[in-house]
Amino acid sequence: MVTTYAVARVARGNRLSPARVGAVINRNVGALRSGPAYWLVLASGFFEPVLYLLSIGVGVGALVGDLTLKNGEVLPYANFVAPAMLAVSAMSGALAETTFNFFFKFKYVKTYDAMLATPLRPMEIATGELTWAMIRGSLYTGAFLIVMVALGLTTPGWALLAFPATWLVGLAFGAVGMAVSTFIRGWQDFDLISTGQFALFLFSGTFSPVQDYPLPVEILIAATPLYHAVELIRGITTGMLSWSMLGNVAYLLVMLAVGLYVASRRLTSVLCR
Amino acid sequence: MIHARGLVKRFGDFTAVDGIDLEVAPGEAFGFLGPNGAGKSSTMRMIGCVSTPTAGELRILGMDPVREGPAIRGRLGVCPQTDNLDPDLTVFENLTTYARYFGIPRAEGRRRAAELLEFVQLTEKSGSTVDPLSGGMKRRLSIARAMINEPDLVLLDEPTTGLDPQARHLLWERLFRLKQRGVTLVLTTHYMDEAEQLCDRLVVMDAGKIVAEGSPRHLIETYSTREVVELRFGDDAPATYVEKLAGIGERLDPLPDRLLLYSDDGDAAVNEVHRRGFTPSSVLVRRSTLEDVFLILTGRTLVD
Repeated sequence: MVTTYAVARVARGNRLSPARVGAVINRNVGALRSGPAYWLVLASGFFEPVLYLLSIGVGVGALVGDLTLKNGEVLPYANFVAPAMLAVSAMSGALAETTFNFFFKFKYVKTYDAMLATPLRPMEIATGELTWAMIRGSLYTGAFLIVMVALGLTTPGWALLAFPATWLVGLAFGAVGMAVSTFIRGWQDFDLISTGQFALFLFSGTFSPVQDYPLPVEILIAATPLYHAVELIRGITTGMLSWSMLGNVAYLLVMLAVGLYVASRRLTSVLCR
Repeated sequence: MIHARGLVKRFGDFTAVDGIDLEVAPGEAFGFLGPNGAGKSSTMRMIGCVSTPTAGELRILGMDPVREGPAIRGRLGVCPQTDNLDPDLTVFENLTTYARYFGIPRAEGRRRAAELLEFVQLTEKSGSTVDPLSGGMKRRLSIARAMINEPDLVLLDEPTTGLDPQARHLLWERLFRLKQRGVTLVLTTHYMDEAEQLCDRLVVMDAGKIVAEGSPRHLIETYSTREVVELRFGDDAPATYVEKLAGIGERLDPLPDRLLLYSDDGDAAVNEVHRRGFTPSSVLVRRSTLEDVFLILTGRTLVD
């Protein structure tokens, strides 16, 4: 009885307030409106994957021709690369917000110190920032999906299903990125992050099927996060659904939960000393 | 408003706050006076519910800061030592956005923001971003932001450190108005004049402990003399005169550049110095201040 009471009490104490999470998101909307610089950053984030798609997917694709997948299906190269670029765009959109911007607010302008002097709690701050990162990522992915449909790389129906999948990708990468950012010592560490991001970008089954690699490499790749995002989204946009995609979803959900937990714990231990 | 017994804060081996007792009543302007590292800011952070006490008892507004942090913080206004205003937002948005963190509806937030900008005389800067503001303006905006939730208790950590004299006086005047409205103020400072101007009651902190407590006048009367004579002796070390002037006044304190002579009658003490045949290069008779109290209590000056 006493235990139940205590648990209920803790649960109530830890319940997120949607209004307070919304207030954190509201702050970012305000920041977005206040200057053109932010819009420029947003625009560049959209064009990067589109440029890759056009140069490699369409350009190199003309050389490569069609791909025959291991299940025997034949896919034009651009249709193979486009969902990977979509996953990359969901990843980098969210990461831009939860690494660079998060770190700047965390360490330099002390935005979170100011927030913590109000009723906001670390978990609410982390959740609000992550939700915003996902919203930012979805601006990229929504636009990218329109491009894909326009180029005939997927159908409108699959695009509508792929859109929420990109939210999950954004949340998963955003959460992990935020957790990592709380450990960052200075700007030099961002070189490490972008190198890691670039390695994932190249070797996650983005430009060639992972089955083409030697088995140990394939296993290694299957352990990394972007691979799961690419597999999930490619399965949807190409209309080749499979049960293994549930595994991809589970992987991304674990990233989300662990990342969010670590990030809010670190906010508490660093800022509420 | 604040009740603390045996409050302790440790960071690893370092004890920042070493068992202090506090009692702050509604409507009071209460000050923590002490040098850097005395434990003032650590105490303020515990009162602001962003730092958990290591030991001891602490109640803020009758609530427990560990379990009811968000509820308490909703009724506090905090003006931090270093400004953490939002550089991505305008002056006005800094207030309205902050209002949202307290769950204040948008329209009400805008109304209060306009009113507070008027109060801190920043109305014409309303649409500007924060960066171009002067230090004094930023601090005034921080104070306006701390008032957005109409707090019962306002915490000000070194509110005028780093400001020029004119900006300080403007800020003091605004804080004095808050006090007149019945807002409870708790502030830290290492400036004597600030403590004397603003605080009804204060505690002197040193090395994590409270070494004295009372109103500024009470502290001066209890620990110091009515007047202090500052004597300078050209190039001679002031310490060499301690023995020669022994017996004059109540107490002698040699500082690196001058000798302080505590006496209820400064002029009489100066006459006695001259009668003994010494001619200081400069003589200043002044009223005793909290600075003197601090020196007497700790043997050190406040601003090092």
